[in-house]
Amino acid sequence: MYVYQDYDQRLLEERVAQYRDQTRRYLAGQLSEDEFLALRLQNGLYIQRYAPMMRISVPYGMLNSTQVRKLASITRDYDKGFCHVSTRQNIQLNWPELADTPDILAELASVQMHAIQTSGNCIRNITTDEYAGVNPREIEDPRPWCEVIRQWATFNPEFAYLPRKFKIAVNAVPDADPALIGVHDIGVQIVHDHNGETGFQVWAGGGLGRTPMTGEVIGEFVAWPDLLAYLEAILRVYNKYGNRDNKYKARIKILVKALGADKFRELAEAEFAELKGGAMTLTRDEVARIKACFVDPDYRTDVDTSALRNALDEHRAFNRWYHTNTRAHKKDGYRSVTLTLKKTGRIPGDITDEQLEDVADLADRYAFSEVRTTHQQNMVLADVAEDELYELWRQLDALGFATPNLGLITDIVSCPGGDLCALANAKSVPIAEGIQRQFDDLDFVHDLGPLDVNISGCMNACGHHHIGHIGILGVDKKGKEFYQITLGGRGDRQSRIGEKMGPSFESHEVTSVIGKIISVYLDNRLENEPFISTYERIGMDPFKEVVYG
Amino acid sequence: MAKVIVNGEIVENTWQRLTSEELDQQDVPAEGAVIVPLAYWLAHRDALLERAAPVGVCLEPGEEPADLAADLPALPLVAVNFPAFKDGRGYSYARELRTRYGFEGEVRAVGDVLQDQLFYMHRVGFNAFEVRADRDIEEALNGLRPFSVTYQGDAHDERPIYRRQSA
Repeated sequence: MYVYQDYDQRLLEERVAQYRDQTRRYLAGQLSEDEFLALRLQNGLYIQRYAPMMRISVPYGMLNSTQVRKLASITRDYDKGFCHVSTRQNIQLNWPELADTPDILAELASVQMHAIQTSGNCIRNITTDEYAGVNPREIEDPRPWCEVIRQWATFNPEFAYLPRKFKIAVNAVPDADPALIGVHDIGVQIVHDHNGETGFQVWAGGGLGRTPMTGEVIGEFVAWPDLLAYLEAILRVYNKYGNRDNKYKARIKILVKALGADKFRELAEAEFAELKGGAMTLTRDEVARIKACFVDPDYRTDVDTSALRNALDEHRAFNRWYHTNTRAHKKDGYRSVTLTLKKTGRIPGDITDEQLEDVADLADRYAFSEVRTTHQQNMVLADVAEDELYELWRQLDALGFATPNLGLITDIVSCPGGDLCALANAKSVPIAEGIQRQFDDLDFVHDLGPLDVNISGCMNACGHHHIGHIGILGVDKKGKEFYQITLGGRGDRQSRIGEKMGPSFESHEVTSVIGKIISVYLDNRLENEPFISTYERIGMDPFKEVVYG
Repeated sequence: MAKVIVNGEIVENTWQRLTSEELDQQDVPAEGAVIVPLAYWLAHRDALLERAAPVGVCLEPGEEPADLAADLPALPLVAVNFPAFKDGRGYSYARELRTRYGFEGEVRAVGDVLQDQLFYMHRVGFNAFEVRADRDIEEALNGLRPFSVTYQGDAHDERPIYRRQSA
């Protein structure tokens, strides 16, 4: 993980003092609602349906066990004993008191955490592959570049009042898109030139939300020293020319679309020409300093895998979990383990204070004290020795974290929805629960194979419904909750926006509609053909006929 | 006379800012420092340059420093208006004035200028602030210095923190 210098820590402490004073002035009536709104949002604080919601930043999803324990104590002391992992890899508290929020930030600062720029019209948390650094398919570790970008974006004075929020993701896998760069305001694809030097293919103008679209390649190859100058150029073009009259047309995707990728590129390249070679140019020393924070842990070389083979042969449940919830690691003898936070009846991504402490203990014991959050609202122990997997599984199973459903129909991604969120048109949790209850037979769930189900309670698309193989969107029709279904979205190899099926459904109809969609798949699939491939082969019509027929 | 923050000090505001509407009704007064809109400047540049008292130009959102680039050496002051504090275009304009065009005169933030934005405004190159009239300008001064640490370079020092540290 990135190790704070004195100045990183001082910056956080100064931020807490600044925010404490802002909150005091707001409570004393010296700041208007609107003025405080912009300030509190950039400190992660929304006012929700029942209470403020505080979004805590987890830079590119990395946490250490000390931070996880701090999150546990904060959820216990300031909230109702649980928190929520968001699709931006952040952690959300749903019931803090406004007056307590400066104290919460001070507690976070004590473990090098914060809520800076987790909301508001600024550059948000930088995200990447949750298996970054251990993924055998990546060409290099993307996290140092995420950290380089994070520091440039943090309190960047020019880009704090953008037309709209701004999300950047970094991907280092050549033939897959685990970071979803195609649907980000800026997506950074790490590439190597023929000499093996690092560079970046820079995408811009993707996004979900109200007008979902995938981005365009703006910079075909940006040499690594120029990364920040190139990003600054794009941000300056957006800051100057992005639409500020209509918040629904204010994201960079609308600007890129309106100008066309060629014109946008021309403007960005003109800015870049001014900045290139200047003081922002990254140095080998600084990149090396940051890379040194992301070195391999002390991997064992004596991992005995014979015990693992025996356990896989003897324990069917362990075998299933192994094949579903763990994945290959760059280091022989190691696997990455995903803990699914998708217990039926709970908000997907929710975790309690005690569970957080359990996860921290397991991380200390089995995974070099490191925990990651994922955009699918799960948690990852990235480095587990194969000869400790069985023991870990037994403990995870006892704690309820070993449901072998990663990437399957019941591993639903969902926002908290209308139960908590003031923006939502509709509830999302009962819909997720209905689907999880309908598909409660694990054998059947496994037979269905990989299936991404994503639910958003409103257009803001926090549940990433556009990129679900099956996407569910809550809509409001004359004060009643309805759900619109899309099929064929994907956020795996290359992001693609799903297609609307047709008229929306009432909440009590949704699970039976999902059942019909699944039956069409089962009737049409070829051997070993996953849902998304069947859909791509046969198209929307057969699904529509059965669902609306 | 109204007060303004210039270079970290609260001073008398000696500049009179004239709007397009006002200039439709009246000419620029013969005496005193004035700030005029960009369109008025472009239309009356030669006459304004002959004036004994200083003239500055105010940019609205959508009017960029590039529109004024050739005249910058002749100007003692460029104002940037913030009709609403959340409209952040002016931050890029100030940065361009300082860094791209090397403008060394006064860059003044006017309009919805509030304490909690002053630090960022200062970093991008503003050195003068007409704090909104209903706010306490003394209190607003605190907004200039909440942080001793900055990661990125800015209009004052283009070097990011790691280059400043090792210098």
